Amino acid sequence: MTEGAFTRQRLPLRAKLASAVSRSAGALSRATGRGDGSVIGGRLGMLIDPDLLAHLAAGRRIALISGTNGKTTTTRLTTAAMGVLGPVATNSFGANMPSGHTAALARAGHTPYAVLEVDEHYLARVLADTNPAVVALLNLSRDQLDRAMEVAMMATRWREAVTAHPGVHVVANADDPMVAWAALPANDVTWFSAGQRWQEDSWVCPACTSAIARDGEGWACAGCDLRRPQPQWTAEEDTVVGPDGARYRVKLALPGRVNVGNAATALAVAARFGVRPADALPRLGEVASVAGRYAQVERDGRTVRLLLAKNPASWLEAFDMAEPAPTLLAVNARVPDGLDTSWLFDVDFSPLRGRPVMVTGDRALDLAVRLEVNQVPFTHVASFADAVLAVPPGRLEVIANYTAFQDIRAELDRVL
Amino acid sequence: MSSELPTGLATGRTESALRLVWVYPDLLSTYGDRGNLLILVHRARARGMPVESVEVRSDQRLPEQADIYLLGGGEDGAQAFAAQRLNADGALHRAVDVGSVVFAVCAGYQLLGTSFYAKDTEHAGLGLLDLRSDRGPNRAVGELAATVDPRLGLPTLTGFENHGGRTHLGPEAYPLARVVAGVGNDGTYEGAYRGRVLGTYCHGPALARNPALADLLLRWATGADALPPLDETWTDKLRQERLASLR
Repeated sequence: MTEGAFTRQRLPLRAKLASAVSRSAGALSRATGRGDGSVIGGRLGMLIDPDLLAHLAAGRRIALISGTNGKTTTTRLTTAAMGVLGPVATNSFGANMPSGHTAALARAGHTPYAVLEVDEHYLARVLADTNPAVVALLNLSRDQLDRAMEVAMMATRWREAVTAHPGVHVVANADDPMVAWAALPANDVTWFSAGQRWQEDSWVCPACTSAIARDGEGWACAGCDLRRPQPQWTAEEDTVVGPDGARYRVKLALPGRVNVGNAATALAVAARFGVRPADALPRLGEVASVAGRYAQVERDGRTVRLLLAKNPASWLEAFDMAEPAPTLLAVNARVPDGLDTSWLFDVDFSPLRGRPVMVTGDRALDLAVRLEVNQVPFTHVASFADAVLAVPPGRLEVIANYTAFQDIRAELDRVL
Repeated sequence: MSSELPTGLATGRTESALRLVWVYPDLLSTYGDRGNLLILVHRARARGMPVESVEVRSDQRLPEQADIYLLGGGEDGAQAFAAQRLNADGALHRAVDVGSVVFAVCAGYQLLGTSFYAKDTEHAGLGLLDLRSDRGPNRAVGELAATVDPRLGLPTLTGFENHGGRTHLGPEAYPLARVVAGVGNDGTYEGAYRGRVLGTYCHGPALARNPALADLLLRWATGADALPPLDETWTDKLRQERLASLR
């Protein structure tokens, strides 16, 4: 079915107009270099038809992916896995609020499937609008607390959203007590184990506020019956173990153990739609960069790799991915990053000792004070370009938070 | 009231190493609170002081003989639970009685007072400072700067605040500082102290931008009148940048 036929047959007139405006605004935004068009088109479309997202979602089988970290990458991997079944619509630019979902679905035209990354604050609304078949809940940890909801509050909101939609199948991380508690009201849950390196936000039981005791990978509340559910899918080193005990070697182009966990989640979600892991695995291996993240770029004889790290949990993952090469750390504190840099003291930068470290960004001085206390020697550079010139030919790892990452990505001509 | 100012006597010390306790990191640790412990350890070691630091979880007994106790921020439920546990334990009160230093930020600061609000319910605090906290009309989020009580001899306090509460001081607590930018306790004053117990709404790693305050806590704990200077190149630059951002 062509996109035009889809629009004529399925959408009410108002939605049809809204969808067309959304698509052309997105195209205009891209053509004029103002953005990648993921958001503006959706916003305009929703002004014309407030129910546009629901209209565009109708008739598709949809998976939503949400969590503090890993949702863009897991969405990309899940989309690749679902590709086994046919065309899949997705918001692949990390535009994860309803305007981004609207733009993505309008742009994709008719597809039988959609995989949508959802900002954790919008999960309840997008669940209601899109009536998904599957919702994947990855993790919850501290992230931009000056504007975001505190972790326990976020878990409560998720739990309310799950309770309000008992029919949706939930794929949830058994290793995160906050996520497990949020997912439990669902009638039907597939549990996965992707590990939880960051545990500082789940020492207190969200159900009864008693202490949560951990023993290896297990965890249990001391005061009530909340405990780690038995996972059906497990990530182990470079292997994903499925519900039937079958072991799948995962060969990813993406670095780090965290991405094996993301792959396990993608396989678990896709399996709900009937995708066999063996069919999906080769497609997972083809994902090399996600909205510029993990991308490797040649610049003046240096091989630059970009890693995005937005909060304490994702900085720990980035250190695991980065090779022991000269490393540039870039930190801003603009509105999308959160205005507060306190989290720098939640991150232990000591894994960077022994390699040349440079700092830059709007809040390089906060980073400098943090590294001094952490006894990590560093130099301050004015810009990404200066950092490239400051290192010998070879690899340069760049770890940056959100807007710092976008600035560097823009400087590298929007590498994808 | 000069008797309430630090005397320089290290009455709380019983061992040769400086003992730092982070109180209940399982409950009171929202955002960079670990930083205050790391900064005190760093600045003490840089002066050649031996340091021991311990993190005491809420299901453990609090040691009574530490030199500095640190309390961080926390979510409402955790804050109320922490107050209940600390009152039941009693060790922090006994430590303060013998001259130990307490440094508390945000929710930890509120629970040093006589009462505070969490989840719309009034809870009993520890009563270590004469103050009470209630809910403000809006959440105070942003840069905070305040001129410190001249008796403490510190430069301008700078930090980031993020709290929904307002704090009202009784006659037995001194305001730590007078607000230049931001909200602090009530839009006029920020923080409080009495003896060697000090609290502030500068949340998270408040000492990162206020190294002189860190050194004040170390001087209170050790009885030293002065500490050898450290290289403050980066902290000075950071302070200048943050204070300039308010103009």
